[in-house]
Amino acid sequence: MTAQGRGRSREQWGYVPYLLPGLLLFTAVIGVPFLMNIGTSFTEWTGVGTPKWIGLGNYRELVQDGEFWASFEHNALIILGMAVVPTLIGLVLAAALTDLIGRHFGPRTASVLRACVYLPQVLPIVIAGVVWSWLLAPEDGAVNVLLGKIGLGSLAHDWLGDPATALWSVIGVMVWIQIGFPLVIFMSGLQRVDPSLYEAAEIDGATWARRFWHITIPQIRPEIFVVLLWTTIAALKAFAHIFVLTKGGPGGATNVPAYYSWTSFFEKSEVGYGSAIATVLTLLIVALTIVFLRLQGRDLGEER
Amino acid sequence: MTATLPKKSSAPPRAGRDAPHRRRRGPSAYAVLVALAAFAGVMLIPFVVVVFNALKTPEELTSHGPLSPPDGFNLDTMRAFWERTDFGHVLLNSVLISGSVAVLAVLLSVLNAYALGIGRIKGRMWVLVLLLMANTVPQEALVYPLYYLSKQVGLYDTRLSVIIVFTVIQSAFGTYLMASVLSAFPRPLLEAARIDGAGRWQVLWRVVVPVVRPTLSVLLVFFFVWTWNEFLIPMTFLISNENQTVSVALGVLHGQKLMDTTMSSAASLLGLLPTVVFFLIFQRTLSRGLTAGAIK
Repeated sequence: MTAQGRGRSREQWGYVPYLLPGLLLFTAVIGVPFLMNIGTSFTEWTGVGTPKWIGLGNYRELVQDGEFWASFEHNALIILGMAVVPTLIGLVLAAALTDLIGRHFGPRTASVLRACVYLPQVLPIVIAGVVWSWLLAPEDGAVNVLLGKIGLGSLAHDWLGDPATALWSVIGVMVWIQIGFPLVIFMSGLQRVDPSLYEAAEIDGATWARRFWHITIPQIRPEIFVVLLWTTIAALKAFAHIFVLTKGGPGGATNVPAYYSWTSFFEKSEVGYGSAIATVLTLLIVALTIVFLRLQGRDLGEER
Repeated sequence: MTATLPKKSSAPPRAGRDAPHRRRRGPSAYAVLVALAAFAGVMLIPFVVVVFNALKTPEELTSHGPLSPPDGFNLDTMRAFWERTDFGHVLLNSVLISGSVAVLAVLLSVLNAYALGIGRIKGRMWVLVLLLMANTVPQEALVYPLYYLSKQVGLYDTRLSVIIVFTVIQSAFGTYLMASVLSAFPRPLLEAARIDGAGRWQVLWRVVVPVVRPTLSVLLVFFFVWTWNEFLIPMTFLISNENQTVSVALGVLHGQKLMDTTMSSAASLLGLLPTVVFFLIFQRTLSRGLTAGAIK
């Protein structure tokens, strides 16, 4: 802040009341419970009775828990399946639906296609898991039947049961679930763009690829950052997809950190240890969030 | 991609209803349409499977497997599920909870984002990091503390407790998205309004909200759907039958292995229809922004 700093800071104070409801509710619903969670992480507790204080015991155990850290490797691939690939596909689809389909075949056609792609987001994950386990079933699953019909029967196998393909199959299902999320956000962002911008560019002979790169991407930059960070966080917390499809198996091939946390809390009744895992996971994600928001601030700041 | 012909130089040969606006559709445009329609079709396959099984009798299922089309239109399974779970009541709870959360969380997001994105208050990044923690903290870590807190304030086993919790959790995303969108908001528009004598409150509702309305509708839809499908916190907080939500009813029955395949398909179909309807209704709001932008 420079010469005009003082005037600006007084001006800023006028906006603080708008934050108060959010901050108050946050403190009650997330802030205090998270501090309680940190407190619990220093104890040994089964969820009932009196917690026993053990200091850093849970954290010491966690550092040495090789399986926990190994499960982070799967997270790298899950980020690919839940964040990177859906964002890329979503960008191309959003641009194609807005720039090509919307303008040549009418917004209604674009809306129908968008609805189809968004639909998997509506399906409860429990149900999605059940349906996909039918489709990927080893004997009469649709995927294997289809492969047989087009003469690739030799490729058919137990997709979720084979450690070599289980994680990739889960990632495939995640891509299917996720695409609708970036698509809808990107399309809503593109509605801020003046359509005459595209028309002018088209008249000037700009190809679709050039319009994508020079109009679509710059215009929805804020949305791209938001979607990438959000889906990455979701990937780091990914649990339900894994739980319903493979339960972390076969042989830990699809295990993820969030699954550890959940099983400690609700299956093994090691609430203290579960709290420690949740705390570590939260701090890791917060650190990532800070790095990401810094990058975003720098990138968006340059434009102004 | 081949260049399309310039506008207005020739009338499009295959004119649609509002033809003057549209360019000639080259073969490449049709190729893209076909490709996208095929892609959309593949996305829908799992839903077709759900509908197939929801309409089958258990006997059909055992003889033909889960992937064959049903012989007839059998609604008995759906009716049985409806009666067994008192589904009308459960549905009402879900609509009440998800609807309230969607509206309240959008409101909270807008207020937060106005201070962060337009007000650009000092330390906004740290406030944002803090508010985003509503999403970063794993929900399982919140279950025990929230259980004790809600018992203390007498909100345990009330729908209000779930509404409050999810308003905060969902608004994290709304705050972030809106703050990012609003920090790129055209400044001249704001300054013009301020010069005309509009206060912050009026600027928010008369200038900012109308421009970002399409994004707000997206948030509304997302919050509704996300809250609808939430399972863990509603299950631990709404223990009495009269407060149950659709996803809890589904999940509990599924977990107890009380449902065969046809029953769980029928249940899924009944459970996801309201969210689909909700999305389809709001599709219109999503596109309204397009026309508003075109007039400008």
